[in-house]
Amino acid sequence: MGGVRLFAHQLRADLLRFWRNPQSRYFTVLLPIVFLVIFAAIFKGRTIVDGKTIPITTFYVPAITTLGIISASFVNVTIAVVTQRESGELKRLRGTPLPASFVISSRAVVGVVVAVVMSALLLTLGWLAYGVSIPSSIVGLTIAVVVGAASFACIAFAFSTRVHTADAAAPATNLAVLPLYFISGVFVPESQIPRFLRDIATVFPIHHLAKALLLPFTRTHGAALAGGDLLIVAAWGIAALLLAARTFQWSPHAAS
Amino acid sequence: MSLASAVLPASRGSHRDLVEVVHVRGLRKSYGGREVVCGIDLDVRRGEVYAFLGPNGAGKTTTVEILEGYRSRDGGEVSVLDRDPASVDRAWRARVGLVLQSCTMPPELTVRELVGLYAGYYPHPREAAETIELVGLADKRDSRVAQLSGGQLRRLDVALALIGDPELVFLDEPTTGFDPSARHHAWEVIASLRELGKTIFLTTHYMDEAQALADRVAIIAAGEIVATGTPETLGGRDRALSDISFSLPAGAGVATLPAELSEVAQLRDGRVHIQAREPARALYALGGWALGHGDDLHDLTVGRPTLEDIYLELTAERSPDGGLTAERSPGGGLTAERSPDGGLTAERSPGGGLTAERSPDGGERG
Ligand SMILES: Nc1ncnc2c1ncn2[C@@H]1O[C@H](COP(=O)(O)OP(=O)(O)OP(=O)(O)O)[C@@H](O)[C@H]1O
Ligand SMILES: [Mg+2]
Repeated sequence: MGGVRLFAHQLRADLLRFWRNPQSRYFTVLLPIVFLVIFAAIFKGRTIVDGKTIPITTFYVPAITTLGIISASFVNVTIAVVTQRESGELKRLRGTPLPASFVISSRAVVGVVVAVVMSALLLTLGWLAYGVSIPSSIVGLTIAVVVGAASFACIAFAFSTRVHTADAAAPATNLAVLPLYFISGVFVPESQIPRFLRDIATVFPIHHLAKALLLPFTRTHGAALAGGDLLIVAAWGIAALLLAARTFQWSPHAAS
Repeated sequence: MSLASAVLPASRGSHRDLVEVVHVRGLRKSYGGREVVCGIDLDVRRGEVYAFLGPNGAGKTTTVEILEGYRSRDGGEVSVLDRDPASVDRAWRARVGLVLQSCTMPPELTVRELVGLYAGYYPHPREAAETIELVGLADKRDSRVAQLSGGQLRRLDVALALIGDPELVFLDEPTTGFDPSARHHAWEVIASLRELGKTIFLTTHYMDEAQALADRVAIIAAGEIVATGTPETLGGRDRALSDISFSLPAGAGVATLPAELSEVAQLRDGRVHIQAREPARALYALGGWALGHGDDLHDLTVGRPTLEDIYLELTAERSPDGGLTAERSPGGGLTAERSPDGGLTAERSPGGGLTAERSPDGGERG
């Protein structure tokens, strides 16, 4: 099989497995939708973002999209990699002629594809249920989604080496992202977050992805591309990938 | 020489590669300062089934995974299909199939999907449907992996090892967890692979499996090879004495046996055991004596050491002087009690398949 066909072959199976896995369906697909519905139900009125007053639902659609992207890439890829590593599946794959880079990149592409689909779902839900208008810069939004998903998938590869059992994968990823959701402008608008917490959040990529996704909703003209924020997110992704290249484990943690 | 190796292009490898598929000299591996593989030598020839036996923790999996390229080694020379497994490429991987000691499969896929997925990894795969049938999963082909039983999962694992149509197959305890008929079926599969000229390196804890399948056997204990040979000759098995055993007739003592027998007779668990170099002569004398006592020796058995007897003896604790207990201990070692239950032995039928039959002498072939 040629390279492209072999990659497509692997990707098809990985997508199928994602879709058939109840855990990934629940955490990745259902949870962000539930979050958007709940937040929109609890918080009413308007909020101030970048000096502009906007309906709170206009804030929550990109904010929960941030969560959706991170669930699809970071959480989902970490859980998949750790589970497959600890079950011995990755080790077995290493014994086949399938190139290691295909195993990794197919996983990452699953994360990106699911992130794009989730973003579209949340956008549609926001538009239909809450009248949040679709941003005019759909290109800028798509770039932010793809860069975010790809970067967080790379972070997942590095993070997976720190998780040693399949059972620990879901709690460990949640432990990493949940506090950051609170201080990075995902669960609550930035204007309501104390200054020192916001400063901490700016160190991490979630804050920057949230900002990059929010921009197309508040700026109704031009490309609405938050270049600086996306560069920081991408830098995290690249650094994580380089780290993963040196530390990635194929064999179960017990036997190395 | 098999067909496959006969048609192999000469340019494929060196001369040694054509004969010796696995070549190991002085292989060493330590974990945490403790040496678990202590300088072993192995040679596996093209087209043979090589069984690697040894107690738990002896170093089998460690050795196999070094040969597969999964683990690094601390010393020694290793060549597998004429390559050092420490640095192999995709082409080498395509020629090697493997079943790991423990591995779970993607639960979300069906048998057919998973086998098809793996088939796509190889340049010249076997037919997926036929491979599924070969391992006996045809009726499960549309079941999700999550719904398979332990033995069925293992069979699927074997199917994945074979799907790339490899020249060399490593099987680390491939039949553990199989029911007896599944195990015999697996033997047929392995025997049919041999017919195709494949080389099989397998580890197992089942002596009947090694007996039925292996052309050659190596026994490893505590990281050292303690014996190699064919199943028939391992540890001098072919030269071992026959064990004649029976219960004493009422009122008769060991001392009343003919002198030539009473000298070598031992009483164990209420039965008399006689180690005979010439079993027919011993039985002749014994028969006359028994009839003289008006007894037919209804529970008479004549046995020869099974592979298991030899194995147990070779892998027994090292004696205090540091050497291996090379001689059969008087009280134990070769017991004929193991034989009467009639271990299953398998013989290759002329057609190349395996036929299993219960041999009357218990666990002995021919
Ligand atoms: N990754 C590891 N780290 C530390 N020790 C190890 C490791 N792998 C194996 N060992 C040790 O090496 C020895 C040989 O183990 P190995 O798995 O090769 O045994 P085995 O012959 O395959 O046994 P079994 O029949 O139980 O499968 C054991 O004492 C084991 O504890
Ligand atoms: Mg083992």
